[in-house]
Amino acid sequence: MSVTEMFNYIQGFLSADQDVREDIRKVVQTLEQTAREILTVLQSVHQPSGFKEIPSKCAKALELFCTVRTQICNLKTKFPAEQYYRFHEHWRFVLQRLVFLAAFVVYLETETLVIREEVAKILGIEVVREKGFHLDVEDYLAGVLIMASELSRLAVNSVTAGDYTRPLRISNFINELDSGFRLLNLKNDPLRKRYDGLKYDVKKIEEVVYDLSIRGLAKEGETGGDK
Amino acid sequence: MNRREGEGCPRRNADAVQDRDASANPSSPVIAAFKVFQQELDTKHDKYERLVKISRDVTIESKRTIFLLHRVTSVPNAEDILNEADVKLDAVRQKIGQIAEELRGEDIFQFHRAFTAGIQEYVEAVSFLHYIRHRSLISLEEINARLVFMRTEKGSAEAVQPGGQVLTFQVTPSDYLLGVADLTGELMRMCISSVGNGDIDTPFQLSQFLRQIHDGFSYIGNTGPYEVSKKLHTLRQSLGKVEDACYALRVRGSEIPKHMLADVFSSRTTLLDPEEGVV
Repeated sequence: MSVTEMFNYIQGFLSADQDVREDIRKVVQTLEQTAREILTVLQSVHQPSGFKEIPSKCAKALELFCTVRTQICNLKTKFPAEQYYRFHEHWRFVLQRLVFLAAFVVYLETETLVIREEVAKILGIEVVREKGFHLDVEDYLAGVLIMASELSRLAVNSVTAGDYTRPLRISNFINELDSGFRLLNLKNDPLRKRYDGLKYDVKKIEEVVYDLSIRGLAKEGETGGDK
Repeated sequence: MNRREGEGCPRRNADAVQDRDASANPSSPVIAAFKVFQQELDTKHDKYERLVKISRDVTIESKRTIFLLHRVTSVPNAEDILNEADVKLDAVRQKIGQIAEELRGEDIFQFHRAFTAGIQEYVEAVSFLHYIRHRSLISLEEINARLVFMRTEKGSAEAVQPGGQVLTFQVTPSDYLLGVADLTGELMRMCISSVGNGDIDTPFQLSQFLRQIHDGFSYIGNTGPYEVSKKLHTLRQSLGKVEDACYALRVRGSEIPKHMLADVFSSRTTLLDPEEGVV
C-alpha cells in the first residue's frame, strides 16, 4: 500500500467518524431541549405557590421523560452499541442533567435518593454496560451532586415559603449523601471537583436549620445549633 | 439568613461531622449503595492505572528502539542493529499483549487515554524500522496483523493450542496517524545524520518519502484528531530541514569532499535550529 493509498484510507475513516458524530450531535440537541423543558417545569417548585403543586409538576415531568426515552432510543441507533465510550463525551453533559432531573423528581415525590436502576428505567437505558446504552456510575453520581445543589436552594426557599420542616428533612438527606460520598476514593477528575462543591451545600443547609432552630421555628429540634 | 464567618470553631465543626457520620446508619440503603459505587470506581481506577504502567513501559522500550535504529547510519553492519531492534519490538508487542489482556471484555475507549501515548510511540518505532528495511510506509493493517496474541491459561505462548484463545489489539487509525506524524521527526534526524556520514542517497529518498507523508497529512487537514494540527506544523519544519539538506548536497556536494560535508552541514543546521544536533 502506498503512502497515498494509506492516507486515503484514513481520510475515509475520519470522514465517516465525523458523520457519525454529526448525527449524534443532532440527537443530543433534541435531548438537551427536552431536558430544559423538564427543568422549567421543576424550577417552579421554588416559588411559594409551587410547593402545593409539587405532585402535578412531578407528573408533568414524568410525562416529558417519555420524550426523553424516545430520543435516547433514537440516539442508540446512531452508533455501534459496543462503542459507547468512543462517543460518550457527546452526551455526557446532557445525561448528567437528566439524572439530576430524574433524581429531583423522585426526591420531590418520595424524599429518598433514587437508585441507579430507577434512573436507568426512567431514561429507558441499562445499568450494565454489556447490555447496551448504559448509565455510567460517574454520570449517575454527578447528577446526584447537581441535585444536592438544587436541594440546598430548595431548603432556603422552603423557609421563605413558610415550610419550616422541609429543611430539616433535606438536611438529614444531604448529610447521609455526604457520608456516602465520603466512602468513595475519587481521582482528581471532574467528579471530584463536583463533589468538592457538596460541602458548601451541606453548610448552606446547616445554616438554614440553625436559623430555624435558634428561633424555635423548627418542630423537630434534633440537628444543628442546639449545642 | 445569617452568615456565620468562615469555618467557625474548628472543634465544633469536627464534632458536627462525627455526629453526621454516626447518625448515618451503616446499613442504610444509601450507604450500602455507595459501598457498591466505591468498589466499582476502585476497580475501574485500578485497571486504568495498570494500563498506564504498561503503557509507560511500551513508551520507554519503543523510544530505546528508535535510538538504537538511529545508529544504522553510522555502523558498517546495519543488519545486526535491525535484528536487535526486532527483538526489542517483540518484547514491546508482548507488553501490548498485556494491554490487550487487561482490555478483554472492556470497552477499549473507556481506557484509551491510558495507553494511547504508548501505542503512538510503538507505531513510531515499528514504522521507523519498516522504513529502514523497506523504504516504505508500514500500513495499519500490517501493524495490527502482528498484534495477535495466543493466550492460554498459563499466560502467553507462541504455539497454537487447542484450548488457546486469540487476543488481538487493534491500533486505531487515529493513533496510527499520530505515530506516523512523530515518525517524520525521526526520519528528519536520520536524514541529517546520514549526510554527516557521507551518505548522499538517503537524504533524497527521505525527502521524497516525507513529502508524500506531508501531502497525506495536508489532505487530512483538520478532520483528524486535534493533535494532528500541531504535529503538521512540526512536520512542515522537518520537511523543510530535509529539503534544505538536499539543496545543500545538490549545490555544495560536488565541490566539497565528502568528509567535510558534515562540517558544512552542521553549520547550516545550526542556523536553522540550534536544538537539533548533528551526529
